[in-house]
Formats: sequence, structure tokens, C-alpha cells
Amino acid sequence: MVDLASVAETAPDPGADSPLFQLLEGFITDLRTAGLPVSLSENIDAARAIREIPLEDRNAFKYALAATLVKNYSHWRTFETLFEVYFSMRGSEYALGDDGDQFGDGEPDMDQDGERPPGEGGQGGGDGLSPEELAEMLYQALLNGDNALMRAIARQAVKRFAGMEPGRPVGGTYYLYRTLRNLELDGMLERLMEQARKDAGEMSALEERLERDEFDDRIDKLKKEVEAEIRRRLVADRGAEAMAKTLRKPLPEDVDFMHASREEMINLRKAIYPLTRKLAVRLARKRRHGRKGPLDFRSTVRHSLSYGGVPAELKFRYPRPSKPEIMVVADISGSVASFARFTLHLVYAISGQFSKVRAFVFIDGLDEVTSYFEGVDDIAEAVHRVNTEADVVWVDGHSDYGHAFEVFWETYGHDINSKTTVMILGDARNNYHASQAWIMKEIEQRSRKLFWLNPEPKAYWDTGDSIVGEYAAHCDGLFEVRNLRQLEKFVDNLA
Amino acid sequence: MTHRFESVESVREGLAAVDYLADDAIAGIAFLADRLGKPVLIEGPAGTGKTQLAKSMAEMSGARLIRLQCYEGLDESKALYEWNYKKQLLRIQTEGDESTWDDIQNDIFSNDFLLERPLLEAIRAEDPVVLLIDEVDRVEVETEALLLELLSDYQVSIPELGTLEAKQIPLVFLTSNNTRELSEALKRRCLFLHLDYPTMEREKEIVLNKVPDITEHLADQVARIVRSIRQLELKKAPSVSETIDWARTLIILGIEQISENDAKETLNVLLKYRSDIDRVLKEFTTNSTAHFEASAS
Repeated sequence: MVDLASVAETAPDPGADSPLFQLLEGFITDLRTAGLPVSLSENIDAARAIREIPLEDRNAFKYALAATLVKNYSHWRTFETLFEVYFSMRGSEYALGDDGDQFGDGEPDMDQDGERPPGEGGQGGGDGLSPEELAEMLYQALLNGDNALMRAIARQAVKRFAGMEPGRPVGGTYYLYRTLRNLELDGMLERLMEQARKDAGEMSALEERLERDEFDDRIDKLKKEVEAEIRRRLVADRGAEAMAKTLRKPLPEDVDFMHASREEMINLRKAIYPLTRKLAVRLARKRRHGRKGPLDFRSTVRHSLSYGGVPAELKFRYPRPSKPEIMVVADISGSVASFARFTLHLVYAISGQFSKVRAFVFIDGLDEVTSYFEGVDDIAEAVHRVNTEADVVWVDGHSDYGHAFEVFWETYGHDINSKTTVMILGDARNNYHASQAWIMKEIEQRSRKLFWLNPEPKAYWDTGDSIVGEYAAHCDGLFEVRNLRQLEKFVDNLA
Repeated sequence: MTHRFESVESVREGLAAVDYLADDAIAGIAFLADRLGKPVLIEGPAGTGKTQLAKSMAEMSGARLIRLQCYEGLDESKALYEWNYKKQLLRIQTEGDESTWDDIQNDIFSNDFLLERPLLEAIRAEDPVVLLIDEVDRVEVETEALLLELLSDYQVSIPELGTLEAKQIPLVFLTSNNTRELSEALKRRCLFLHLDYPTMEREKEIVLNKVPDITEHLADQVARIVRSIRQLELKKAPSVSETIDWARTLIILGIEQISENDAKETLNVLLKYRSDIDRVLKEFTTNSTAHFEASAS
């Protein structure tokens, strides 16, 4: 670990082989390994940028680096985590006093004067406190929103509860869990709310809600402090390169739909809205630019005046925009449950963008769920209704694509016309039922386009009871869509 | 090359002087844009002050703002330059028989017949300018290419005239609402700034700054309510400008302490969709224990 603070002091304009630049090289290499596309010219920009912004202004330094290296907001978290790892102990906020090496050789001692943030007074100290006193202090800090005290408590809590030992091969999440469990934050919110109620006397629902959000926010901040503290200690113990490796998480666009955790799912849902907007814009653009409309005689004559009456410039009417219809047919059986959940969010999101989107879900039976998404503001509610109310079970609730398609064709087939784009979402695991692939052929012939999106890895296709190949033979396109990146690519192909 | 700003701090102070409250990211990147001579691509949800930042930067540095509003179908002749062909025709027609073809050609493809469009205007400006390319995500991918030469080398090539280089490097801001992914080539040439909704503290400052006569208490309440609303999943979260409008409305109505009823009656200033308003009302007026149970189930 290179001591940046001293580097910056002795060499205000560091040369190309200075430690700061070496650190930057390592940082950028890790960003690239994490999947961020950092080009050579961006690398050079970053190197130029760090000459301009002093390292001591840690926030400005961070944003300067980000501005040159991160060009996609969804990559921000990855960047921030890595930045913390590489540059976390620097800057005035964490000033170490004169002793720059302190973190290098073991446990930092929070009782040192140099380390204590200003404004903390005498109470930040600490080892002598009993757990009860610490909890009380935490409560006071949260109640008053005292950031400096909160940071001090976070440090103390990590030191005391996390049980961190040098060289122990345990990830940061384990320490985080241990620390937070010991701080007993669950009861904290209620306790804080009670105090607030007592202080205010009578509180309306609105005020209650505002107070709760405020405390939530503070508790969140505390958790972040704890997380940062743990990371700082781990970096001190293991070095930045090793930490960067263990902290590496997939970018949101690389998260597999089928195995996404709850938190990842939430991030995905946030990312899906811009994507659907893009989908709509792209389709609309194609509609407008695909073909020119008939000759606009009036406009042509009007423009011919500039050419002395010669109609040199022909003007055309805008083509009548055709309103594309989309039919989404989604498998919501257990094997693709998480994908289905995501799919339904997607369906919900597009339905706002097009005039006509129809959604169908199936397991072994099939039901139209378009109406569930109409005029609903709570998507979770709509998804819940789809899962409970839709009539998708015919015999046993095991996927039967053949039968589901049969129902689809018989009931809704006549609604498919040359403007309809049909998208089928599913893994085509048919439990060895009859495939009824002829329906695909019929749909393909009648619709504008027929696409199949499969959430399974390509390697698993057509293994076991998957018969995606049989269906795909009749589709205009078969796409592996396991993550947002692939979904985006599909959208690209669509336009 | 002389720089416009001394330090990050001076950018922040300068912006504050023209009523734009910059956070670390904004001030840092604006400073860097000047030092590195690179354009800034600002991305973020609508109504977070993307365009305003460019305007404020212009106001602060006393530069002229040249604005290119992007839209679908924007082309070279509207963004860069165009030959004034009517004038050219006129020139050819008034010419007697004695002049040669070469004379005329040299003559009609000269500066007199060139119509400047915003990009060229920014390049050829003698006085300090700030160039704002607004909503760049609205143009087609192909049209983006037309910006590249300007953004990386601050020059414009006109076949008949040759390459025109910038007299001085202007500050360039591009804004995007992210309706589509911008090309890598464009992103690579720019510094990237993501402008999100401000933190509660900053929003409160903004409200205090922009709404005269507002009390600290009311501003605090406004900022808190807006923060809580933004946490919900809405069709369109309230923007900063809507927050300010709301605060102004409250002042006009003479409200000093927002009660549930006041909030209910003025919510339409903040939210523009019926379903969003219903959602917020439902969320904020039922008491919290019920809310807790609902979220737990």
C-alpha cells in the first residue's frame, strides 16, 4: 500500500512513474476486470485529471476520477466500491495526524487524538464503555442525527463486535452481519419513533411517516459507515488488490435473472424502466423513418418557388404511423419463477409505452392478464394478482407449452395480424408433453415477427425436457436473455 | 492556455453567486472540464438542473450561451452550417459575362455566403462562449457523429473552406435524459456527470435560495416530504423545479406548517399523474402501523 498523502505533499505534480500513477494503473486494471469498459484515452484523461485535483479534497478527487472513467451510471457502485478500496484512507476526513503509517501496522486506535473527527468532543472515545452505554450513545446519535458521533460509534462497533483478525479468510459480509447483529438495530427504529411521538405529542400520519423516513435514512447512513470501516480495515490487512478481488460483484447488466438476489432484483427493476423507454423510442423511430409517405403536392410547389418554379425538391407526406401491437406470452411456472417475475415487470413497463400491449401468462393452461396491469399503480400488487388469480393451471401445474399454445391459438389466434409482434418468454421445458410446434409456424406466418426469449444458458438448451430448438425453428429469432445486457442486445436487434 | 477557474472551491462559490448550488461532483467536474478542455456530458432524470447548470456556468463566467436544441431529424445544415444558396443564386445572376467560373466559385463559397448554425457559431466566436447541446439523446446515432470532430478537436471541417479551428476553447455541455444509449465514441470524448435528485439537505438549501420569504422550518418540511415521495415507485418523481413550485405555492397560500390537508390539496403541483397522486395519498395518510404490516406481508 502506497502512502498517497505523503506522495501528494512531496510531489505536487507527480511524474508518470510516481506511486500515485502506479496506484491509478492498478485501480484501472481492476475496473476493467470488473467489466467497466475503460478505454486508453479515458485512462489518459484520468491521469491528467488527478494532476489537476488535489488528493486531499477526497470527494472532488473521487468525482474527477469518476467523470473520466465511468460513463454509465449503473457502473457507479462498482466504481465507488473499488475507489474506497484503493483510496479510502486518504483525505482530510480520515486524517491520520502525523503518523502516516498507522494503518499499515495493525489495529488503528480510535482513542488517538489525531483520528478523532472534530466536534466529537470527549464522548467518542471508548474502550471503557459498556455495551449498554454504547447502545445508548448510538441511540442518542441517531436521535439527533449527529454524523460525527455516528462515525465514531461505527468504528468502535466494528472494533468491538466484528471480531476481525488479521489474515482470517472471511468476507466483509460476515463481519458486517456480526457487527450489525450486536448493535441491535431492529428495535432501534421503533424506539426512536416512540421518542419522537413523545416529543411531538400528537402526530399525524404524515408526520409519522416523515419521522420514520428520516430515522431510516440515519440508520442507513450508520450501516454504510460500518461497511466502510470494515472495508478500511480489511484493506489495511490484506492490501487493495486482494480486496478488490473479493469485493467484485457483477454489474447490474450482468446479473443473471434466474439467480438474482432480492437486492439485485430491485436494482434490475430500476434499470428496466430506461430500457423499456429505449425500446419504445427505437420502435417509434423505425416507424417514422422506415418509408416515406406519398408525395405532398402543396409542399412541393411551395418549395419550388426557391428554385424559380422548378420542383427541384420533392416533398413527401409523413407516413401514417402504424401502431404496433405487442403480445407477450410468458411462462410463470416454478422453474423460471424469478425470470417470470422480472418479465412481468417488463410487461408492465412496456404496457405504458405502447397503445396496445397484451400480456398472457401460462403454466399448463393460459390466461390473458392484460387487464391486471391497466390502471394499477402498484406493480407488486399486479404481479401478486397475476400469480394468484390468473387461471394458468389446467391439470397439474407443471409446464405444458404444447397445451398452453393450443389454448392461445384457439382463443386469441385470430387477433394476431400483420402488425402484431409476438414475444414468447420461457425455457421451453415441456415435461415431455407434446410440443405442438405447428402452432409456432402458424403464428409466425400470421404475425409481423415472432421472437422467443429464453432465460436459460445456451448450453442447457435442448437438453433434458427442453425443446426450445423445435419451437425456435419457426421463430424469427431465438435469444438467450439471462441478463440486462442480453435483453438490451435483443432490443437492439428488434429495431 | 489560461484557465477560467482557480480551484474547485472558486467554481462552487461562483455558481453560488448566481444562485446555483453545486455539490462536490458538479463543482469538481466543471473545474476539470475547464482544466482538461473537455466537454461535459450531463445525464440524469428530468428536472434536476442539467440545462440550468450550463446556463449558470455561462452567467458566472460572463460568457455568451449558445444553445443547440437537439431533436430527431436534426442535421448538418441546422446544427453546423449551411450555404445560403439563395444569396449564391443571386450573386451568379447579377454577375456580368466577363467574370470567369473560377472567380464566381471562389466568391460564392466564401464567408459571406455561409450561414452559421450554433456549433459553427461557438467555434468562431471571438468572445467567451458556453455551448449547450441540449438533449443530445434525441438525435439519431448517425447524427451524433457530426458532433465528434467538434467535441474532440474543437474544429469544424467545411469542404469548400477547409478546417475552421476554434479561436478559444469554449466550455461545452451536453445534456441527456438517457432515452437511449449514447455512442461509445461520444462518451469517450466527454467527462461524465450524473445529476441525480439532490440530497435532502441540498434540496432544502435550494428551496431556501430560490424561494424568497420561506422560513427554514417550512423549507425543511418541504424537502423531507419530497424525499419521502421520491422513495416511492412513481411514474414521474417530483423534480427540483416542481419542489420549488410547490414551496412557492405554499408561500402564496400563506401556509407555514404543512398539515396533511394542505399537502393533499397542493399535491398536484408536485405530481403530474393522477395515479401518482393517489398512490402518495394512500401511502401518507394511512397510519404507519398499517403501512408496516402491509410491507411485512
